[in-house]
Amino acid sequence: MALTLEQVRHVATLARLSLTPEEEQRYATQLSAVLDAVAQLQSLDVSQVEPTSHATLASSLLREDVMRPSLPPEKALANAPASVGTCFSVPKILE
Amino acid sequence: MPLSDFQPVIGLEVHAQLLTHSKIFCGCSTAFGAEPNHHTCPVCLGLPGVLPVLNQRVVEFAVRTGLALECTVKGTSVWSRKNYFYPDLPKGYQITQYDQPICEWGRLVIDTPAGEKVVRVRRIHMEEDAGKSVHDATASAGQSLVDLNRAGVPLLEIVSEPDLRDSDEAVEYLKSLRDVLMYLGVNDGNLEEGSFRCDANVSVMPKGSTVYGQRCELKNLNSFRFLKQAIEYEVARQVDVLESGGKVLQETRLWDVNKGVTRSMRSKEEAHDYRYFPEPDLPPLHVADALIEETRGALPELPRAKRQRFMSQYGLPAYDAKLLTAERPLADFFEACAPHAPDAKKLSNWFLGELSRLLKEEGTTVSSVRFTPTQLGELLGAVEQGTVSINAAKDVLGEMFRTGAAPANIIASKGLAQVSDVGAVEAVVDEVLAKSASEVEKYRAGKKNLYGFFVGQVMKAMKGKGNPTLVNELLKKKLGD
Amino acid sequence: MSQPLTDLTMLELAAALAAGKVSSVEATRASLARIAQVDPKVRAFLRVDEEGALRAAEASDARRRASGPASPLEGVPLGLKDIFLTEGLETTCGSRILQGFVPPYDATVVRLLREAGLPLLGKLNMDEFAMGSSNESSAYFPTHNPWDLSRTPGGSSGGSAAAVAAREVFGALGTDTGGSIRQPAAHTNTVGLKPTYGRVSRFGVIAFASSLDQVGPMTRTVADAAALLQVIARHDPRDSTSAPLETPDYLADLEGGVHGLKLGVPREYFTDGMDPEVEASVRAALKEYERLGATLVDVSLPHTSHALATYYLLAPAEASSNLARYDGVRYGLRARDVRGLQELYGQTRGQGFGAEVKRRIMLGTYALSAGYYDAYYLRAQKVRTLIREDFTRAFQQVDAILSPTSPVPAFRLGEKVDDPLSMYLTDILTLPCNLAGLPGLSVPCGFTKAGLPVGLQVLGRPFDEAGVLRIGRAFEREHDFFRRTPPCP
Ligand SMILES: [Zn+2]
Repeated sequence: MALTLEQVRHVATLARLSLTPEEEQRYATQLSAVLDAVAQLQSLDVSQVEPTSHATLASSLLREDVMRPSLPPEKALANAPASVGTCFSVPKILE
Repeated sequence: MPLSDFQPVIGLEVHAQLLTHSKIFCGCSTAFGAEPNHHTCPVCLGLPGVLPVLNQRVVEFAVRTGLALECTVKGTSVWSRKNYFYPDLPKGYQITQYDQPICEWGRLVIDTPAGEKVVRVRRIHMEEDAGKSVHDATASAGQSLVDLNRAGVPLLEIVSEPDLRDSDEAVEYLKSLRDVLMYLGVNDGNLEEGSFRCDANVSVMPKGSTVYGQRCELKNLNSFRFLKQAIEYEVARQVDVLESGGKVLQETRLWDVNKGVTRSMRSKEEAHDYRYFPEPDLPPLHVADALIEETRGALPELPRAKRQRFMSQYGLPAYDAKLLTAERPLADFFEACAPHAPDAKKLSNWFLGELSRLLKEEGTTVSSVRFTPTQLGELLGAVEQGTVSINAAKDVLGEMFRTGAAPANIIASKGLAQVSDVGAVEAVVDEVLAKSASEVEKYRAGKKNLYGFFVGQVMKAMKGKGNPTLVNELLKKKLGD
Repeated sequence: MSQPLTDLTMLELAAALAAGKVSSVEATRASLARIAQVDPKVRAFLRVDEEGALRAAEASDARRRASGPASPLEGVPLGLKDIFLTEGLETTCGSRILQGFVPPYDATVVRLLREAGLPLLGKLNMDEFAMGSSNESSAYFPTHNPWDLSRTPGGSSGGSAAAVAAREVFGALGTDTGGSIRQPAAHTNTVGLKPTYGRVSRFGVIAFASSLDQVGPMTRTVADAAALLQVIARHDPRDSTSAPLETPDYLADLEGGVHGLKLGVPREYFTDGMDPEVEASVRAALKEYERLGATLVDVSLPHTSHALATYYLLAPAEASSNLARYDGVRYGLRARDVRGLQELYGQTRGQGFGAEVKRRIMLGTYALSAGYYDAYYLRAQKVRTLIREDFTRAFQQVDAILSPTSPVPAFRLGEKVDDPLSMYLTDILTLPCNLAGLPGLSVPCGFTKAGLPVGLQVLGRPFDEAGVLRIGRAFEREHDFFRRTPPCP
């Protein structure tokens, strides 16, 4: 299945990845090849099969509703590329 | 077709913050009003490597709410990720429930002018709240600030079917739902602080049609008044669009409080694809039958049932019953007092009058009153027996409210007891009439407005403690009326 | 001195420490010296924490003197794949987007290692966000295979495998999402164990594909792997997928042998593309097991040919969501000179992620997107069920399953960089185990004529790490492959 450039751009927008025109080209080719390879799954009859989303024994681990100390704000913000006071700062969000 | 030929169709999506101590997936506090980012940790900051662990009380609250709204509570429900980018969404996805929510298919009965109405509840699910973006003065031009204190606060989303037919029904449903959640102790019902939020899905169709029109989702409805205004505006707008030959677009619209209009949030519309998939970090949630049954057994009486019982059991008018049951602690206290009071209606009058005034004045709730139901009963008994006047009783109640002292002691120490002894009152009446011979003359000659003067003189002589009924009775007798 | 200190296995060093023949500080210094000597060529380390390691070693020696060892591995220095969060020590996951990120907390396994008294030497190179099979997708530099510096050590835990093989560390922790512990172990003559999903906490481990990722030991011997697993296998109340099980004693039955065991040989795992020398080594190992008293049973895992496709839909889908948090807002790289929020996101992620990571984010986003979810993601989840059921059926007949770990020996740097599909194919024998959530071990089982290591894979029933280790140990005891030191440098 061939992915069009337009589809590649749409997916890149959803994933918030700015791609160069060369990257768009390359991913169109490479992803198309991968999609061709995974197309084999379409040949299987899975109509009676339940999906597996977890491979764990664990179920419903619950935590008591108890407060634990938060990080000191200076630690919470220590890695922030930009901050004002104790807020993270970003370019203006246009609603 | 005029507006009146169209039928509005409305469904509400309510987000209620749950009254837990800690967040849904971490131990940070849920308290409102902290300094920005003071209630954050690696988990709710979405740092690399963190994993969610579910707060047990969130599940209990969801089950409680589901049962109160007569939903089916699912033995197994599934967590999903809703993927989108926004600065207040730390992980780039919200952990929520999607195709397998914890509760489905319930109902809430509301009152309408036409009588009772059943509003179907389609689903209830649990999810985490996002943080907050601030665009105020502390941010310089061209930047927004992000505070993640609210990120990870537990929410219940309660979605109704589009069963509501006008703005009044929508308001009534929202109020009733809020009362229920507050009764259950799962939500504080605060629309202004945003702990109880509502979006409305609104469409219109020609009256008599069964095919719904294209709907718009209205946001920013943070009061009952705004909900009503926004729905009414939106209905009129959609009718206008249709009448002028246009088509209603499915979109999200923001209620503009200042302009009183809804307006399109076009940016929200662009390429919405949330790519839901099962949250691999959380196994499916299993709710044991035992928990469901235990919760069902412990459900409190809900506002509507309580209101009806107050009317039948205590013979109260609907108005009184509604006010008394508006909040559970007040209703509970009323019921505690009722066996000690001589008359339920009079008790209700005291509750809705003097007690409410005191609570309001002190800015407090019924849980902090210092007197006991027995003591309130004693006070009302004293009024009934004429031991104390109504006005004096109000003072006594105020003192009981503040100190918790017994009414008999307050009456005694403040000398508020009323004189109801016939001989004693008669002696004073005789003395007053004797001293006011000329006024008695004039009165008898027809100047009937002097009557108040005699009452005043008697009360003055008795320092206000004369039983007014008895004083009147004796004065009228002696004046020959 | 007959044998350099750094040649000791973890358990040998632990014994020497216990006997007072050597101190933890001496062992740590020996490792640091070895790193200084060989790492300029091997390039296994992204970051050496000399100061932190020596401080921990001193504390370990002091503890031993004062109150006795905190654990049987007290004082044994280890390396960590750079995917584990270490409080106060930069953690990048091999990515530019996390350059300079200093975590405010320790991963659960890091905490367990510290509590057990193991000094941590630093952070080991890896494919960016563990996406790769060669360490070439590291944003910083590729790691070289100590057995042949022109070749890759495999990946994604290639830095860990290379450091263990080159005697820079006594052992290391890696992670395995589709073979990332076992494949590099096979390519470097080391032991790598991927425990059952849920056996080891993932808290504080940077997520690639959450339903597949698992942490495991990378060591020179099976016994070391058992001892290290003993320290890190623990139910963690911070990880909802962590299994609520007691940890067995992994050393207790380690020498129990394979006599009377039924060992499955899946016909689908010996395929056309397999290197003949790899196949010959593994067939010889199978014979060895028969000689040791095991019965070989021909088994079928009929959906094996679909595992790769399944994996390359599910893992990128989960990854596309897991990597959404790298948005330049709270930590990590932020692109400069951007106009507006959307450009900030796009440029930060476009510049911060490497080609392989972007490729997988694109693929995963596509597989989850409207209109394709059912055809790709949901279908892959269903095939995952079929693959799990294959194993469930096989384990009704046999106690464990044996196969090559990788169909080919270590490949040359640059050989597969531009051909993602052929790179993905090198994981074909390891990733079904992740899809099924099973334990899998790679044990050295020989060398090709060119001197490249070959690994034998042992797959077990869920939570039967003890059985898998015992089977691996039975083979290891008969050979001294693990004693061979690589030619470098
Ligand atoms: Zn938190």
